[in-house]
Amino acid sequence: MSSSSTASGHLAASGLADVASSEASLRRFLHGLPGIDAVGLQARASGLGTRSIKTTAKAYAIDLAISMIDLTTLEGADTPGKVRSLCQKAKNPDPGNPDVPHTAAVCVYPDMVPFAKEALGGAPINVAAVATAFPSGRAGLPVKLADTAEAVAAGADEIDMVIDRGAFLSGRYLEIFELIAEIKKACERPDGTAAHLKVIFETGELVTYDNIRRASWLAMLAGADFIKTSTGKVTVNATPANTLVLMEAVRDFRNATGVQVGVKPAGGIRTTKDAMKYLVMVNEILGDDWLSPDWFRFGASSLLNDLLMQRQKLASGRYSGPDYVTVD
Amino acid sequence: MALFDYAPAPESRAAAGDIASTYGHFIDGEFVESTGSEALKTVDPSTEEVLAEFAQGTEADVDRAVAAARKAFTSWSALPGAERGKYLFRIARIIQERSRELAVLESIDNGKPIKETRDVDLPLVAAHFFYYAGWADKLEFAGYGSNPRPVGVAAQVIPWNFPLLMLAWKIAPALATGNTVVLKPAETTPLTALRFAEICRQAGLPKGVVNIVTGDGRTGAALTAHPEIDKVAFTGSTEVGRAIARTLAGTTKRLSLELGGKAANIVFDDAPVDQAVEGIVDGIFFNQGHVCCAGSRLLVQESVHDEVMDALKRRMSTLRVGDPLDKNTDIGAINSAAQLARIQELTAAGEAEGAERWSPACELPSAGYWFAPTVFSNVSATHRIAREEIFGPVLSVLTFRTPEEAVAKANNTPYGLSAGIWTEKGSRILWMASKLRAGVVWSNTFNKFDPTSPFGGYKESGYGREGGRHGLEAYLDV
Repeated sequence: MSSSSTASGHLAASGLADVASSEASLRRFLHGLPGIDAVGLQARASGLGTRSIKTTAKAYAIDLAISMIDLTTLEGADTPGKVRSLCQKAKNPDPGNPDVPHTAAVCVYPDMVPFAKEALGGAPINVAAVATAFPSGRAGLPVKLADTAEAVAAGADEIDMVIDRGAFLSGRYLEIFELIAEIKKACERPDGTAAHLKVIFETGELVTYDNIRRASWLAMLAGADFIKTSTGKVTVNATPANTLVLMEAVRDFRNATGVQVGVKPAGGIRTTKDAMKYLVMVNEILGDDWLSPDWFRFGASSLLNDLLMQRQKLASGRYSGPDYVTVD
Repeated sequence: MALFDYAPAPESRAAAGDIASTYGHFIDGEFVESTGSEALKTVDPSTEEVLAEFAQGTEADVDRAVAAARKAFTSWSALPGAERGKYLFRIARIIQERSRELAVLESIDNGKPIKETRDVDLPLVAAHFFYYAGWADKLEFAGYGSNPRPVGVAAQVIPWNFPLLMLAWKIAPALATGNTVVLKPAETTPLTALRFAEICRQAGLPKGVVNIVTGDGRTGAALTAHPEIDKVAFTGSTEVGRAIARTLAGTTKRLSLELGGKAANIVFDDAPVDQAVEGIVDGIFFNQGHVCCAGSRLLVQESVHDEVMDALKRRMSTLRVGDPLDKNTDIGAINSAAQLARIQELTAAGEAEGAERWSPACELPSAGYWFAPTVFSNVSATHRIAREEIFGPVLSVLTFRTPEEAVAKANNTPYGLSAGIWTEKGSRILWMASKLRAGVVWSNTFNKFDPTSPFGGYKESGYGREGGRHGLEAYLDV
């Protein structure tokens, strides 16, 4: 049984199966979700940001954060060499310290998937591919499906798709629901397994927290395995507050349906201190069930080196500096 | 054990600076011994360890302090406002510079978490002095005439829940308007007021402008009944406030009172639920619920009662109760054994009267005064826990069906200090705010304080306003 049919079974059991039966009913449902008070939300996010994570707790959190990274390169200038280098870093982040955990995944464009698969070999690191005309999402459905199918055929373990923000902002929710459901199907492999689907909202373009909550439910209803804030390609990417909205949504969705969905903030998370704030939110909003790379990821590139420097500092008591971590 | 267990993150106790073994009073710019021999002890409520002994102020001590304030009044009130403002700005800056020291000292003496003293109390204390410093040379524009005069010598008696912040609320406007003061801090929390006396000296404040006399209610009674004072400002219990009002009846002395509360926090079915839950938690568990404007009665629309209660209990389960100096502590110690006993008595009454009691699983330290965050559901308006001020981390939950019923229930209390409204409908906020008989009405937030905003009560919650332009009036002869 594929995960999508399990999820739809849970949706039926929780009375949510018919929500997407028409544009009107989907709209009614999404607009019936509780509102978000922006000031209160931001206060809560910044309040959690004042937790003081020291010594043993810091050591645990640094290693957990490393293991949750989707180490990312999404540049026009990406080459096989760059991707191979990134994969080595993902496998062995700190050459001098074999006890440093590997990252959860590497995240690349679809055409780089074969090189990433080859470089990672049998390492237990997933290859995530951005698809569906990333980052703008401005292409027709056939192009998006082909984009996804190519990445899955090349061996991608995870697909990071973008929603059509234009459709969302003009209120065409059902179109997005159907897009996600179609892409979900395109993630299926001939052997019956499927690539995990992450749905990117580009929260910086949806702007309001109410929109972000609606987008979260929309994606989860349509079968997302993970929901993700941003592409990293716009001015406002992941923030503690917009990630908090995603966390509240997955928490409430599991309460309603029994289906657990993962969360991935991406873009703009560069320091250990930032990462700690997100992990504190996972801990206090979602709890133990989400404190693993299976359910929480960081979409980041420069974060890893800062985590490594902090890890070295914690172990040795000294700051070593950026020449003691590798530039990849 | 949880996967992500926060390691202890203690703020340094040494940052509080030296705490003397005994303290006298601060009169006429000097630290002086009491004329009496009785000493009281102040303890760290999280451990019951004695921090210091301090003097029980006698009538002779009060006489001396009032005489010093009277003498200083002549020259202080004659200073140009800009000069008084300079002293207040200086005090504000020193408070900022010494904020860590004061925050730690306040935490130790009061039991409240360092997170709050650091992020709430101390920033507000400094802000209050800055704000009233700015008024000192602009009083002619305050709307009280072209040359408003000070009242004279103000007797100020403050509570233990926000020791330094209540001191700031009292002293800053009094000094800005040209009055001199004799202040009595609460008998369980005298240390930051005595440290503030050092700051007055550091700022070069003229002698006698600020005098601090310590002691319990007897000292307070001697001070508020003193014939040579011109004004009493009191924050504390309604019972003591009444006694002071009786004492002052028939005299020409001014009186402002900020007393108890039993505020309603009203949650409608269209509220932003997650933020409302934060507001409920902040409303009743901030400062261990030792807040006169605490949202101690949750009025929740019956149609969302279960949803809100589930979310509230889930949130309460993440509250961290323990060492006030740990930076991750959300709820600290109850301030005194007497207050703990009162909370225990009222919660026992709540159970006996049939309300349903719930607390999250939380381990309380063995020494010190502690009370787990508690919520009572199925509370009726007739229950004591719905009517009496508990002044602890205890929430009583009642339901309502319509906005009219919410207003009626919210107003159905002898108090009227604050209220909260949670709804996404702006017109309802305005309608509710005009109907609620409470001095402060917060909408989609709670326990937000700002020196520019007047604060005070209706009915038995007191009279007079502190903060903002309105706060000047209590200290001007208008």
